Amino acid sequence: MGYNPDKPMEGRLTDLGPPHYEQFMPQVIKDNKGKWLWHEIVQPGVLMHKSETGDEVYTVRVGSARLVTCQFIREVCEIADKHCEGKLRFTTRNNIEFMVDAKDKVQPLLDDLASRGNRFPVGGTGAGVTNIVHTQGWIHCHTPATDASGPVKAVMDELFEYFTSMTLPAQVRIALACCLNMCGAVHASDIAILGIHRKPPMIDHKRITGVCELPLAIASCPTGAVKPAKAEVDGNEIKTVKVTVERCMFCGNCYTMCPAMPLADPDGDGIAILVGGKISNRISAPKFSKLVIPFLPNTPPRWPEVVEAVKTILEAYAKDAKKYERVGEWAERIGWESFFEKCNIPFTEKSIDDYRLAYNTWRTTTQFKFTSHVK
Amino acid sequence: MAKHETPLLDQLETGPWPSFVTDLKKQAETKPEVYDILGQLELSYEDRITHWKHGGIVGVFGYGGGIVGRYSDMPEKFPGVQHFHTIRVAQPASKYYSSDNLRALMTLWEKHGSGVTNFHGSTGDIILLGTKTENLEPFFWDLTHELGQDLGGSGSNLRTPACCLGSSRCEWSCYDTQEVCYQLTLKYQDEIHRPAFPYKFKFKFSGCPNDCVAAIARSDISVIGTWRDEIRIDQAAVKEYVAGNYPANGGAHSGRDWGKFDLQKEVIDICPTQCMWLEGDELKIDDKECTRCMHCINVMPRALRPGAEQGASILIGAKAPILEGAQMSTLIIPFMKISKDDEYEDLIELIEKVWDWWMEIGKNRERVGETMQRVGLPTFIKVMEIDPIPQMIKEPRSNPYVFWNEEEVPGGFARDIDEFRARHKA
Repeated sequence: MGYNPDKPMEGRLTDLGPPHYEQFMPQVIKDNKGKWLWHEIVQPGVLMHKSETGDEVYTVRVGSARLVTCQFIREVCEIADKHCEGKLRFTTRNNIEFMVDAKDKVQPLLDDLASRGNRFPVGGTGAGVTNIVHTQGWIHCHTPATDASGPVKAVMDELFEYFTSMTLPAQVRIALACCLNMCGAVHASDIAILGIHRKPPMIDHKRITGVCELPLAIASCPTGAVKPAKAEVDGNEIKTVKVTVERCMFCGNCYTMCPAMPLADPDGDGIAILVGGKISNRISAPKFSKLVIPFLPNTPPRWPEVVEAVKTILEAYAKDAKKYERVGEWAERIGWESFFEKCNIPFTEKSIDDYRLAYNTWRTTTQFKFTSHVK
Repeated sequence: MAKHETPLLDQLETGPWPSFVTDLKKQAETKPEVYDILGQLELSYEDRITHWKHGGIVGVFGYGGGIVGRYSDMPEKFPGVQHFHTIRVAQPASKYYSSDNLRALMTLWEKHGSGVTNFHGSTGDIILLGTKTENLEPFFWDLTHELGQDLGGSGSNLRTPACCLGSSRCEWSCYDTQEVCYQLTLKYQDEIHRPAFPYKFKFKFSGCPNDCVAAIARSDISVIGTWRDEIRIDQAAVKEYVAGNYPANGGAHSGRDWGKFDLQKEVIDICPTQCMWLEGDELKIDDKECTRCMHCINVMPRALRPGAEQGASILIGAKAPILEGAQMSTLIIPFMKISKDDEYEDLIELIEKVWDWWMEIGKNRERVGETMQRVGLPTFIKVMEIDPIPQMIKEPRSNPYVFWNEEEVPGGFARDIDEFRARHKA
């Protein structure tokens, strides 16, 4: 039995949805759901939750590359079978969590993980850097301006000690999106690594008739830079589009709608750094990340400029911020002019908003600080 | 398929963080097409540009979402990735798994696909990276028949809903995020699998205002747990924190010497509403002033707990920047009970009201948050039949340009210019 291509609809099952979650929960989780009282991070990467029943669950959090193989998942299963009655979970930030129901089961699990080389780093808790949420990049996507897994590996190698320790003023959430579509919450991260394009789309007049709905391509442009046009292809006049390059902000939405308008380019593409976003409602309201470095080049395989920029910002923050203060709260308290100075980032007009609602970000008070920017 | 030289990628095999390159190489030993993935990625590292073609519509019969078509632009050089379609498989709530289930899924993926995956995609699905068009139906058959599992969403439809771990392992969750996520995912299978919306639509369920699934920044409907009575205080535990016997913030800062815990400085003074104070050694909270930011509870999890009258705030309209700029969700319903007992009646009614309206007036590729911006919040809440309250805004408008309705003005808008001129010469 199996799929029969001659009768594709016979015996077909659809709309089953995901399996029920309860069958996958460890017994101690099942028994204590809704009864948890408090928790404590007993060491970096190890959490203990206490239930009103007196039960405890110890969670060991492990970083992963997110881009993983069947072989790797089998190894994860083997660990879960050996220590965790065959159960495990993943976090929203691509960490793996192994749970055990007694303290004496923690060390054997940690020892096992440590025996497997660098495959299962324990950490990602508390006031540290946890795993980087990221996208596909050059491994699978058609619109990226940079790779994802490569820069993430390079940055995490450099920030590794912050993953395995809890020495920062608060948690720092780093995210990477390989283009402006921003799959993942890069727009609200403490430090965001964002792939950007800097050359307007080319127009493939030979293909555009076959692959694009011209009105959709024209309507896709948020600044009205894409306009109807005519061109000659093999001696025939065809309907096509043109791009007013001065109005192009390189968002790539036209390419999403029209495959005949590619804009990726080895020298045009690279990475922008945004900082100060957050999701949590703790103390201050959720914030968007702000653009502080408009462009860094793509330099595979280890993106040294990006790694250096992220590390510099992180360490300036670590040195200067108060306990509990997130990157964005710190920048707002000291003032953005001080942020640029303390992080040694040159300020350019590219950090001044000129898109919609830009005025909301212009300073309309006499309160400012005399940093080196004031000549 | 032969190995390719990958001198650039090989440099990503060193360093303390797990290496995806090492992992892919190991998988290639049993799935040779993975050599072509590595080869094409190496070429991208040399060329500094992607080698994947734009799009390609593929899927399984009867579904319009769940599979993303992908083709190499160098198929002669890398035949193993000529077709490299992505399959999104709906994840179980809170991403708990059994090893049996994961192994079965991996066996299926090695049989029908490349053996390469993401745990997980940004929306929350299990992502299976890379298979051929002819494998899609056999994979889907086996997935549904052998595993009883299903695809997630892609395209202009409801994307696979996601939740935090909720009360399964968190003391702060103000409702059962897993159960509502599971129930609504089942209820809206048609909306997940058959695109009928102007653009994508996301639900995310967070148990408390810490918002661990980023609902407020990423989901069209953000359901974020909260409470409306008093924070529960254990005064004895407060004393333990002050005495330094319990670690502040659950031990989150233990890697650095921040000095002795200072309740005044670290909690009372940082509280955004200044609603806490000490009377002797008793911690007092003026709960009606509290905006439930979670800071004090995060700092002293053994002493403070969310109130007992729990529910969720409903916010609508978050999205990433494409196109009109990023938006956070806007608070629409300050407090709603989220209970299985009434089968989530109120939430479902709200969701379907939003959809009915947005499907009618939303433009192609316009997220609901953008539609709300276009028509204005007053129009949106009128359509939703929700009364305006100050909780919906940060501050009142500072311009006087109100769109008055004719029925709000005595005598209406129709007037007689001749009668006006009889009294007012031009």
